[in-house]
Amino acid sequence: MNVHDLNAARSVTLVTMSIGPQMLAIPATQLREIIDPLPMTRVPGAGAFAPWVLNVRGTVVPLADLRIPLGITDPGPDDRPEDARRFMVIEVEIDGDKATMAITADMVHEVVTIPLTRIEPVPATMHWPADYLRGLFKGSDGFVLLPDLSAIFSAMAQRPSAA
Amino acid sequence: MNDDMASIFREELRDLLESLERGLMDLKSRPEDAGLVNQVFRDLHTVKGSGAMFGFSDLAAFIHAFETAFDRVRSGKVPVTPDLIRLGLSARDEIPGLVDGTPDPEGRRDGILSALQVLTSGEVAAPPPATAAPAATEAAAPSAPSRLTFRLTGAALALGSRPELLLNELRELGAQNISADLTRLPELAGLDVDACHVGWHMDLPPAVSRGQVEDVFMFADAEWSLETAAPEPSASGLPANDDAEDAAPVVAPQAEGVASVAPVAGAASPVVRRDAPPAAAPAAAEAAATVRVPAERLDALMDSVGELVTVEARLTELARQSRDPALMATAEQVTRLAGRLRDAAMTMRMVPLRSLVARFRRLIHGLSDTLGKPVNFVVIGEETELDKTVIEKLADPLVHILRNAIDHGMELPEGRAAAGKEPEGTIELSAAHAGGEVLIRVRDDGRGMNPEVIRAKAIERGLITAEAVLTESQIFTLVFEPGFSTAEAVTELSGRGVGMDVVRRTIEGLRGRIDIESAFGKGTTVTLRLPLTLAIIEGLLVEVAGERYTLPMSSVQEIVELPADKLKPSRSGDFLDIRGHFVPFLRLRGLFNCDGIAPSEQNVVILQSGEGRVGVVVDRIIGTNQTVIKQMSKLHRRARCISGATILGDGSVALIVDVPQLVSSGRAQTEGGKEAAA
Repeated sequence: MNVHDLNAARSVTLVTMSIGPQMLAIPATQLREIIDPLPMTRVPGAGAFAPWVLNVRGTVVPLADLRIPLGITDPGPDDRPEDARRFMVIEVEIDGDKATMAITADMVHEVVTIPLTRIEPVPATMHWPADYLRGLFKGSDGFVLLPDLSAIFSAMAQRPSAA
Repeated sequence: MNDDMASIFREELRDLLESLERGLMDLKSRPEDAGLVNQVFRDLHTVKGSGAMFGFSDLAAFIHAFETAFDRVRSGKVPVTPDLIRLGLSARDEIPGLVDGTPDPEGRRDGILSALQVLTSGEVAAPPPATAAPAATEAAAPSAPSRLTFRLTGAALALGSRPELLLNELRELGAQNISADLTRLPELAGLDVDACHVGWHMDLPPAVSRGQVEDVFMFADAEWSLETAAPEPSASGLPANDDAEDAAPVVAPQAEGVASVAPVAGAASPVVRRDAPPAAAPAAAEAAATVRVPAERLDALMDSVGELVTVEARLTELARQSRDPALMATAEQVTRLAGRLRDAAMTMRMVPLRSLVARFRRLIHGLSDTLGKPVNFVVIGEETELDKTVIEKLADPLVHILRNAIDHGMELPEGRAAAGKEPEGTIELSAAHAGGEVLIRVRDDGRGMNPEVIRAKAIERGLITAEAVLTESQIFTLVFEPGFSTAEAVTELSGRGVGMDVVRRTIEGLRGRIDIESAFGKGTTVTLRLPLTLAIIEGLLVEVAGERYTLPMSSVQEIVELPADKLKPSRSGDFLDIRGHFVPFLRLRGLFNCDGIAPSEQNVVILQSGEGRVGVVVDRIIGTNQTVIKQMSKLHRRARCISGATILGDGSVALIVDVPQLVSSGRAQTEGGKEAAA
């Protein structure tokens, strides 16, 4: 392994985004693409987490809302442009199987590479569900959460659809 | 080792094991069939060869011993006995473990091998005539060292032959003085890099039989000759061998210095034979005509074809609107091509039922031994093809049905004798195409089902009331109800009451149907009706509150207008009178929690699944379309009454409605309605 690889292994590239007032970051390796909102099809009785499906290049992909598992209720700042909304197509593992999913983001910000040492565990005193988070780091505009997408989607797939 | 290669090997191994297992099972019923013995031997040899090539040396060593035992069978020295088959099957079961590197602490493998050796070390007096020829060759093993010369022919190198592996195998046989023969090496200009211009000479110890050399070259495109070097003066007479009486009429006198398998006595001259074993040649040709493709690639192809079908529909629509004759003609051509491509892609996904049958044979064999119920398992139409998804999902239900047939259906031999039947029972698995469906039938000649017993059980379990009037076939379908089990004793194998309802659910999930018929005392027949493919279906597109849903056309019976007096839900449940039959109907607006007010004119689509019918109320019928079925993700697998999704011509997604679930909802409504009325 050369010097470059060693450095790469000690840092992680993330894409930051906002849901409501909260900043979140997703590993770039897990992100397949960012798309403008597409026509959505409602799935009756699918529950609040993923009530829709989309056609992403010929594949039927559920559209999920991370507000539900993370408990984000605040809609966020009013001055955010309406057309900033994006769908992020991600790869997750549900019970060990790979699956393509989409999540909504009110706004996508930037790609950042940070050293792994900057990522801290979520303090127990915070109200966030610790099972659904890998950690957090301090960004320029406050702290950024790292959701554990596979854990969230696996847990949500277990829920009865009526929930 | 590279992962690709390893997975190719594993794929190949799976097929080989299947073939090996089938061979062993067939051999059980036809022990005299020399062709089968050869097939088993060939499979073993291939497993050994490719195992060694991929570095599974333990596997290769194990198979080698297994193969040696079967070599004795092949040469007719050992008869095929049930014990041998049983050991062969247990040895076969060890192979996956050897590949995965599973340890064998109890020494099971060694035990099998030594048992095999014991079993095959005793010789029979006279080999069966069918295998006499190879036996004779072995018998003729000369006492002097023999000289082997071989040369790879044709495009052997380009096709992947590895002379060093052949040499290694020969070294294992004890080859010495190996030298290269460069006499046919061309000038540099004439050198063909894909051809092997080098030949080899070597000495083999006298103990090496011609059969062993044949095995080395079984899959190599090679010409070779084996000659006994420096014949002994005493060799003018008969070969000094116990099996001389078999050898005499077949083998050329040793004085000629040649051991040839050609059944000519006398004047065989030293010949160089272009040798491809008769069985290997067609096998090689077959391999060249078949390409192994990973399932994901087929799925990807099917996805693309699905998209193409979708886009083609859109193109046709646009062309029609444009009224441009050139564009319309092109669109028509695209339609035709897309159709052809779709058919070709669907054909590629078809897999014969045979791929499952080996497993079933094994299951029946095992159960028949465990339960002490001799069973003759007959398979008809194993070449019948189904979509691979259907085949995969069919395995478990069929295992359940077969298990039930032998565990519950079959009587013990005494019971059969008392009933005046043959002591050996028969279970028949048959498959055939019927229209757009495949019919799979499992028939047994066991004791059949007693409608009285089933009825009593159903009442006891609270599935029906004591007053319920049911026909015999309605009574039989009760066994598919959850929680129903008629086995007096819950055996290790079946009788837990979870089987048949799961079977029915799986079959309905495949958009199929299951029926059961039985004659008490005579036997039971379970019939599965399955669609040919799950990938693309004809769909009926409907609109409900601005949303579009697809109904499988094969389930649609008819479409009627919703009568004005039924616009509002009635208190005793929603029913329609369809030519004298009451059919429950469901309002999709309500079922799918749609907003808004229903239009004044609505349609009811009458759907059928199995014996049940249900109507669904929709706002509007849009039309029929080719529906490429996409599975719902795990996140939505519990969504009620939805079985999948499809992509429409405009790129949006429409959900496919799950008819069996709707029918059972309708049935629940019927029962609810009856209670309300009572």
